[in-house]
Amino acid sequence: MRYISEFRDRTLADNLANRIAQEVQPDREYHFMEFCGGHTHAIFRYGVQDLMPQNVHFVHGPGCPVCVLPVRRLDDAVELAEKHDVILCTYGDMMRVPGTGRRSLIKAKADGADIRMVYSTLDALKIARDNSNKQVVFFAIGFETTTPPTAVAIKMAQAEELTNFTVFCNHVLTPAAIGHILDSPDFAPGGPGRIDGFLGPSHVSAVIGSQPYEAAAQKYQKPVVIAGFEPLDVMQSVLMLIRQANAGRAEVENQYTRVVTREGNRKAQDLVADVLELRDSFEWRGLGAVPDSALQISDNFAAYDAEKRFRVSQKQSREVKSCECPAVLRGVKKPTDCKLFGTVCTPDNPMGACMVSSEGACAAYWSYGRQRAPRDAA
Amino acid sequence: MTDRIDMTHGGGGRAMADLIRDVFHKHLGNEVLDRGDDAGLFAVQKGRMVMSTDGHVISPLFFPGGDIGSLSVHGTVNDLAMMGAKPLYLTAGFILEEGFPLADLERIVWSMAQAARAADVKVISGDTKVVERGKGDGVFITTTGVGAVPDGLDISVANVTAGQSIIVSGTMGDHGVAVLSKRENLEFETEICSDSAALHGLVADMVAAVPSIAMLRDPTRGGLSATLNEIATAAGVGMALDEAQIPVSPDVAAACELLGLDPLNTANEGKLIAICPRAEAQTLLAAMRAHPLGQRAVVIGETVADPAHLVQMETAFGGTRIVDWLSGEQLPRIC
Repeated sequence: MRYISEFRDRTLADNLANRIAQEVQPDREYHFMEFCGGHTHAIFRYGVQDLMPQNVHFVHGPGCPVCVLPVRRLDDAVELAEKHDVILCTYGDMMRVPGTGRRSLIKAKADGADIRMVYSTLDALKIARDNSNKQVVFFAIGFETTTPPTAVAIKMAQAEELTNFTVFCNHVLTPAAIGHILDSPDFAPGGPGRIDGFLGPSHVSAVIGSQPYEAAAQKYQKPVVIAGFEPLDVMQSVLMLIRQANAGRAEVENQYTRVVTREGNRKAQDLVADVLELRDSFEWRGLGAVPDSALQISDNFAAYDAEKRFRVSQKQSREVKSCECPAVLRGVKKPTDCKLFGTVCTPDNPMGACMVSSEGACAAYWSYGRQRAPRDAA
Repeated sequence: MTDRIDMTHGGGGRAMADLIRDVFHKHLGNEVLDRGDDAGLFAVQKGRMVMSTDGHVISPLFFPGGDIGSLSVHGTVNDLAMMGAKPLYLTAGFILEEGFPLADLERIVWSMAQAARAADVKVISGDTKVVERGKGDGVFITTTGVGAVPDGLDISVANVTAGQSIIVSGTMGDHGVAVLSKRENLEFETEICSDSAALHGLVADMVAAVPSIAMLRDPTRGGLSATLNEIATAAGVGMALDEAQIPVSPDVAAACELLGLDPLNTANEGKLIAICPRAEAQTLLAAMRAHPLGQRAVVIGETVADPAHLVQMETAFGGTRIVDWLSGEQLPRIC
């Protein structure tokens, strides 16, 4: 346990806060996007922004796997569970996300659909083994962190010759999203948003390494620091970003050296490459269609692809009106800019995914930070 | 007797009578229950009494440090104790699922009897129903209890005002993590035991030392966060906590870290929160620490004037944050 408490040490935090305060240039503003919801929650849960100078701002990024899944894909999952007589296995965070007409998996479950919350892909495999008379679909979502377990499940299903197990694959890729955000008019010169650097994904980078971000850092001249999820990780990474920004550097640096290497986990990468392949394009909530930003099941494993086994209907999927999740995910609005925030939309009655997920920015603002004045929350 | 519950055990015939005699009376028997009347007869004392009821549904039924039997005694005894009462009598309603192993039922009833004896309460009436397979989850137990409140005590959320001390009796989250560690799909190796215990002995020592205690509550479902928010809302105050003071055992902290859970949202079954005048806090702490169930008692913060009734906390890291209600179930994060 000491391994954890050391990364939350108050004396070290105070030292880092002093260093940051000394090194920021008082005449400029620093806007850093923390890519991951894990960072956002660390910032709010530990009150990291209380230790930052007034001119250091966090811009919350799209790194919440539940949040970026477009409504359409969620509606498809609900349809699979309700109309195709399958057992749908899902990570728990997905259960309460509202789809079109605020229909969620948890409501479908209450109405009789067989939806099971699982903690790992292996649980879904076990359910398939135990229910050989039913089709079992694993609702796979998440960034590169969760792709290797999905790949493992598919390989195991093949090895065991399971004929009733498929995966509804919605895995997305982080480097493509970073490029897409920086290409958008939101962050063009004169646009509404500003990013001076990125706190790069931590667990994702444990799998893919820090190298995949080098192209974006160079192309857009933005520093990236791969940052762990502990509050001291976040603070040290901010200091590293400030130093890069002050020096006019735009490099990929790795703060999270205890886990991440430049190359990443080759074995996991090979496994994923064996089972999954790049999609031409995939829709992200907030970002729209992003080329080369997601994975699908490769032809060799087509028998385990739920999209091939089941034909879901074409549908008109819609977000809840006035929900600002898309703009929040792009980093151009704060949760508190949304009219619904804290009035009709709360974690108990969520209108959008960002208020549901334990990695969503709206949930972080509401659960940990709604006492703050709006300026302070920035 | 057969080795599993079947529908005849709830049918009112001989099988049911046998079950009641061979399992329930055998373990829970006392002079009231043994009379075999339709209701338990007891003498009423002068003064005020409290009454409370609690339904127990838990998966798994057996967990490190307890089971649904002991839990069903502690749960209701603690509800009475949080009013400062001495618990006296319990009733127990069992809903059994067809096919439930009789050996497991006997183990549960035995454990109930042990817990009741240790808490010095008598089970004076009971009921058994059997539901068809698939319509229950093994066994559900509802217990109702009555207790006597000593004269002069007034323990109620209505007494909570700004400027009082908030005390917890020990580490947070042990029960929730112990249960989770044995849940299907999530089993993990741990030494963590549920803290399930009857708290009225501790409470008796506390009210003897500090009769001006404002209120007591046990942070069960939803953990410390939910209970403090409940109190803040009902009393119309805010709270300021100091995270560094909140006791969490290293094992529970590690398990929560691994699973992405928060010990402050995790259930306890043998801990209490006390709110008392600031001037009495040290006296109360000393009384609590002298009791085996209060050795790690500590002041974690105080009530403050706040029209928004927020529970706020200075984090051990040096920032501040809200401690909020939990929405839905606690879920591990994905990424």
